[in-house]
Amino acid sequence: MIRFDHVSKRFSGHTDALSEITVEIQDGEFVFLIGPSGAGKTTFLRLLIRDILPSAGKIFVDDWNVNTLPGGNVHLLRRAVGTVFQDFKLLTDRTVFENVALGLEILGKREEEIKERVNDVLELVGLAGKQQFFPLQLSAGEMQRTGIARAIVGGPKILLADEPTGNLDPETAWEILSILQEVNKMGTTVIMATHNASIVNDLKKRTVALDHGRLVSDEKSGRYHTAKHQKKS
Amino acid sequence: MSTLATAAKHIRRSPYQALAAVTTMFVTFLLAGIVFLSVVASFFTLQYFEGKPQITVFMADKSDKQEAEGLGKTLEQTGKVASVTYVSKEDALAIYREQNKNDPLLLEMVTADILPASLEISAKEPKYLADLVPIIKEASGVEEVVYQKDVVDALIAWTNAIRLIGGVLTGLLAFNSILAIMTVVGMKIALKREEIDVLRLVGASRWYIRLPFVLEGGLYGIGGALLSWAIIMLLVIWLQPVLFGFLGMIPPFSSILLSATSTPFILSSLGFLGGLLVTGFFLGSVGSLIALGRYLKF
Repeated sequence: MIRFDHVSKRFSGHTDALSEITVEIQDGEFVFLIGPSGAGKTTFLRLLIRDILPSAGKIFVDDWNVNTLPGGNVHLLRRAVGTVFQDFKLLTDRTVFENVALGLEILGKREEEIKERVNDVLELVGLAGKQQFFPLQLSAGEMQRTGIARAIVGGPKILLADEPTGNLDPETAWEILSILQEVNKMGTTVIMATHNASIVNDLKKRTVALDHGRLVSDEKSGRYHTAKHQKKS
Repeated sequence: MSTLATAAKHIRRSPYQALAAVTTMFVTFLLAGIVFLSVVASFFTLQYFEGKPQITVFMADKSDKQEAEGLGKTLEQTGKVASVTYVSKEDALAIYREQNKNDPLLLEMVTADILPASLEISAKEPKYLADLVPIIKEASGVEEVVYQKDVVDALIAWTNAIRLIGGVLTGLLAFNSILAIMTVVGMKIALKREEIDVLRLVGASRWYIRLPFVLEGGLYGIGGALLSWAIIMLLVIWLQPVLFGFLGMIPPFSSILLSATSTPFILSSLGFLGGLLVTGFFLGSVGSLIALGRYLKF
């Protein structure tokens, strides 16, 4: 379970990136985090993996109080929370296999286990046969699939996806989304930050809308226009 | 990828930086190794001479054996002498020939006549030497008196000088080596910033990220230490006859320097290598750790 309790984040010299956010996300949920650019979606996700600390409020991920987690244990939180990035963040000097294997190497898994698990995950994201390709030899969609494979290979309880379809054409975006839904069906909580209205509207999942750092709506089966409407009101 | 493989990859992908780091380490360990061996040699030499409270009395050419033996008896009567040995001109020649048997040129011109006869005196206690000296000086037929104390004092002065100058130079070079490793590792950290960020975000622990850099610094140290050991060993093997001539009479060196293929030589060399490698790894790792503390704060 994820819980934000009156969380605010202020970057020095700027207005609040997030202000008084209180939200709870249960295990196994699929949640869209929506809002225009600058709404605070990425800040929300960065706070969850303790890439940054909140200025006020408390964040809980299962039994972890993210704020007070000792620096030496942050990696344990990040192993439980996989992250997919809009810009993929793949290591260009490593093959698809090596990029994905990274998620298991850091856990100290044996070579045979890594090989088996990586191949399974690559199969799941539709990259079987591209193990030895380098990122520069892949399309944007394939790079994002590699990013997803790396994020889920270690079996995290939560998957954060920060604008994973932002750089993709609509068809590829839907392919990526179906992979995320597949991952969600396997029990992983998925939080996807997006401003892709058609995806949000078609899937009718829980939608948490942010605008200028404030929580403007939290609907079980939300639509993107709802957020726009909230913004206007 | 294992930590060692990652460290090796870091080194392989920037060979010139690696070469700079290893070369700096090499110069440090070359000097440190030579200073260390000189200090060890002077330590055993000192111990050897200190263990022999001797006075060598060279007799004048005109003096005869009776004068020398008379002096020996006078000294024995004091009860403070452990042994008195008369070395005749012929004995001196035999010793000289033995010491220079490999150099016929040095043997050609030397006869027993030009070598002085001598008395080698060992006191029961070093403190008795002061009582024996006036008796020797007053005796007839004495040409020159060599006290081991003078030799020991000279050795102590040399050893202290080697320790001081060598220590300061080694310290400066070690400092320079750490700076070099810090610079190289710091550059690597900057170059790998993106990879480090990705590793952090996917849940790599601090030491998973840091260890390859620490190991990389350690490997530079090991590389420098290994290279300096090889050069020092080549020098020692090349100078072995000369070194044996100087130090061959001193117990540990009499067996170590006898031959480059002898077991004591091989064991000592390996021990020296082990010491250099451990020190090299330590210095390199310290340099890396400082760089990590400076450039990788998370």
